[in-house]
Amino acid sequence: MTQTFLGMPHAPAGVGHLHGDRPFPAAARDALADTQLRRNLGHATATIRAKRAAVVGELEDWEDLRRAGEALKAYTMANLDELLLQLETAVTARGGIVHWARDATEANQIVVDLVRATGTDEVVKVKSMATAEIGLNEALADAGIAAVETDLAELIVQLGHDLPSHILVPAIHRNRAEIREIFLREMPDADPSLTDEPRQLAMAARAHLRAKFLSAKVAISGANFGIAETGTITVVESEGNGRMCLTLPDTLITVMGIEKVVPTWTDLEVFLQLLPRSSTGERMNPYTSTWSGVTPGDGPQTFHLVLVDNGRTAVLADPAGRSALHCIRCSACLNVCPVYERAGGHAYGSVYPGPIGAVLTPQLTGAATSLPYASSLCGACFDACPVRIDIPSMLVHLRSTQPHPVIERASFGAVAWTMGSARRFRFGEQLLRLGRLIARRGRIRRLPPPLSAWTDARDLPAPPAQTFRDWWAAR
Amino acid sequence: MRVALFVTCLADAMFPDVGRATVTVLERLGVEVAFPPGQTCCGQMHVNTGYQRQALALVRNHVEAFEPFDHVVAPSGSCVGSVRHQHAMVARNAGDAALAERAQAVAAKTYELSEFLVDVLKREDVGAAYPHRVTYHPTCHSLRMLRVDDKPLRLLRQVRGLDLVELPDAEQCCGFGGTFAVKNADTSTAMLADKMRNVLSTRAEAVCAGDSSCLMHIGGGLSRLRTGVRPVHLAEILASDS
Repeated sequence: MTQTFLGMPHAPAGVGHLHGDRPFPAAARDALADTQLRRNLGHATATIRAKRAAVVGELEDWEDLRRAGEALKAYTMANLDELLLQLETAVTARGGIVHWARDATEANQIVVDLVRATGTDEVVKVKSMATAEIGLNEALADAGIAAVETDLAELIVQLGHDLPSHILVPAIHRNRAEIREIFLREMPDADPSLTDEPRQLAMAARAHLRAKFLSAKVAISGANFGIAETGTITVVESEGNGRMCLTLPDTLITVMGIEKVVPTWTDLEVFLQLLPRSSTGERMNPYTSTWSGVTPGDGPQTFHLVLVDNGRTAVLADPAGRSALHCIRCSACLNVCPVYERAGGHAYGSVYPGPIGAVLTPQLTGAATSLPYASSLCGACFDACPVRIDIPSMLVHLRSTQPHPVIERASFGAVAWTMGSARRFRFGEQLLRLGRLIARRGRIRRLPPPLSAWTDARDLPAPPAQTFRDWWAAR
Repeated sequence: MRVALFVTCLADAMFPDVGRATVTVLERLGVEVAFPPGQTCCGQMHVNTGYQRQALALVRNHVEAFEPFDHVVAPSGSCVGSVRHQHAMVARNAGDAALAERAQAVAAKTYELSEFLVDVLKREDVGAAYPHRVTYHPTCHSLRMLRVDDKPLRLLRQVRGLDLVELPDAEQCCGFGGTFAVKNADTSTAMLADKMRNVLSTRAEAVCAGDSSCLMHIGGGLSRLRTGVRPVHLAEILASDS
């Protein structure tokens, strides 16, 4: 039998939260009109930007750290096959059970089966990008299992029947009054006299979650790092709710993207400096939990590690795109992105928003998308990235792999042909001068589509009477 | 010193004053300026919109036009960024290793105007006078691709009579981004609105930058709203002596 190799499989369509159903420009248009969202985003991103800049500025070796992080990630991706097997061996040797999932569908099935086997119908969850990517909560719900998000912002998103809009601050689009309403509506045990004072809101969530922590038999987490050498999984967080999930229940199931593997324990030193400073703008995050397999009599007595591909190997196959897998999900690129700051996370239609989402989502899904164009290529993301992912160059690369509209392609072909020789270019410049006919007082105020997209908000100067090259020739 | 002027397609066709001003500044400093007539466009718009294959002819044309010169100077951070960071890549991706090498050689001797004045000619005072209140917008590609740093500001600080006022959130993109301004016009306009708000808050008469493209965008918004603030290219200020 002969087989044609069609490339590595991408993340399946229709499962999880990678595929948005609206093009970015249309989704962004709605978000731009939401004045509350604009204000929240502007305030939050400016605050985190300033905090990050302050703590990054403290380190003289920041650029060296970035280069170390980049080199470690490049090494990891080049040796991913061996490191993953090493991780499996180490986790197994310490009493954990490793599962391999080709895609979101397989990963969800594995987790559903594991939870069912425990006989419980409610699990607590640590905030996790990977489980949001594969749509695990929906898969659990379909199986009659309730998943309770325990990260405060994730809880707000979940209770609001909403989607996260930021990697680090998933409820960035909500204000205090909205959160109060959500709590009163969705938390049966909430005190009706609850105000929108932040401490009161936090205490209400705390009371709600404590009951869940104490009753849960199963917890589900993601992973920031998985150390191949020792089989140690690491989760970093701010609230301590993650620590509750990771230590109280009998069974812990960790869902980890295969790119999260780190070669050695020592390498963690680099990433634990890069991540909190880039992410929350802190020198160190409040809670760093690490565990290796199972410790008898202490913490969960059953530990499952589910390793998920879901398109990652396909990304790895592209030399110009694979460094998107280096991402440590810090969200620094979101906070410095002028497009994200205004359009917000939902416009990207994916669990991964912002600049990193614009390069990761198209590669994981392999789908045609407007996301690579959702950037002015200003380069702020590359400068902020703690592992030096050259996002602007990758966006340019991905644009060249996207199908182009027929008329646009013809126009760009014609312009390239015209500009291919100075003689033709000069002729083109003469044609451009006809624009003087539609100018009033030296300004063009209206052009036909698609250029009306420019003149809707901006004037265009009239072409000059004499081009530079004609002036030079007559000089 | 014989220097080739890479005027850029946009300045050639739309902003010839910027090209003339660049010639004025360079000649005032004793530079012999040549204008290679074969030049057209660096092809950045094609590369950045996803038409790398179509840009190949433009890269070849650019290399052939500028190869014979010792130095190439352009009044644009963005176009120099493309020459430096994209030309060899476009040739390599098309399988033309020889062209990639030639493009790399041209890139190595190509300078944005402020780089050429400060780094090559070692001049910060170019003998200019411009008695106006001006704020400076550092364009993204000059800042983050070329790392021109404060070179344009050092040049502006030496201009007689110029009242330089700091632009709040100066390093944020104005929202131009080439075809981004049309493909994502709403987001681009939202970015432009904030840039204009910051420009207006300085009470400057003119907003200065080193790229005609970004100035066309910021100036287009300022003009539409009848703000009375004009865009002015760095070269135009440096060429001015009254």
